[in-house]
Amino acid sequence: MATTNRPLSPHLQVYRPQLTSVLSILHRGTGIALAVGTLLLIYWLAAAAGGSESFAQAQGLIGSWVGRLLLFGWTFALFYHLCNGVRHLFWDGGYGLELPDVYRSGWMVVAGSFALTVLSWLFGYFGGGL
Amino acid sequence: MSLRSPIGRVRGLGSAKEGVSHWWSQRMTAVALVPLTLWFVAAVTSHVGADHAEMVAWVGSPVTAGLFILLIAATFYHAYLGLQVVIEDYFHSEAAKVVILVLIKGACFVLALIGVLSVLTLLFEG
Repeated sequence: MATTNRPLSPHLQVYRPQLTSVLSILHRGTGIALAVGTLLLIYWLAAAAGGSESFAQAQGLIGSWVGRLLLFGWTFALFYHLCNGVRHLFWDGGYGLELPDVYRSGWMVVAGSFALTVLSWLFGYFGGGL
Repeated sequence: MSLRSPIGRVRGLGSAKEGVSHWWSQRMTAVALVPLTLWFVAAVTSHVGADHAEMVAWVGSPVTAGLFILLIAATFYHAYLGLQVVIEDYFHSEAAKVVILVLIKGACFVLALIGVLSVLTLLFEG
């Protein structure tokens, strides 16, 4: 049998992680996390609709340190999925598909999602928040 | 022997039997979610620690309630489309795949319904 030099699909255990592959799987991971996170959003809205007692309970739960930790994770997941989603929309339009552009936009997404996460939490604590 | 013409087999179906509608819906909900998500984060962070009366006054305005309903609709539609692709990629048993897809579709629908009804409750309360 002749040895053909066909491209192999990445074998995850031995394949060196690259920015492109890590960001790609992170898009899917954050998407799943955000789908689970909608449970909190709906619980929060339903608790508000249920009256002041159930809403106070929900606010207490979300305001606890576990709640805040989860919320911080979801904030990052949301901004990452948002920024990388916009990157995908540019690709769908045929822009930024050259490898240097893909790396540049990738790092922009990383920086953007960290910055937006920190900014929104600062705004929550010191801005319009109580 | 197939009675279908070659053009009938080719037209609009593709290997996924659905053309581009899934792809297009996913992009349209994504575009809608960019402004809706930015509004949601800005709005929620400026209402941190609100009590029930403040929440009712805020969501009770038609603009806020309308934006929340749009956010809920686009979010669950987009979430279902995304989760569907993940499940189709990783579940190789046809029966398990169909069962999980139906369960997730049902869950997305029920959660969206509860969310919309909660927003409407707050709207009519405020």
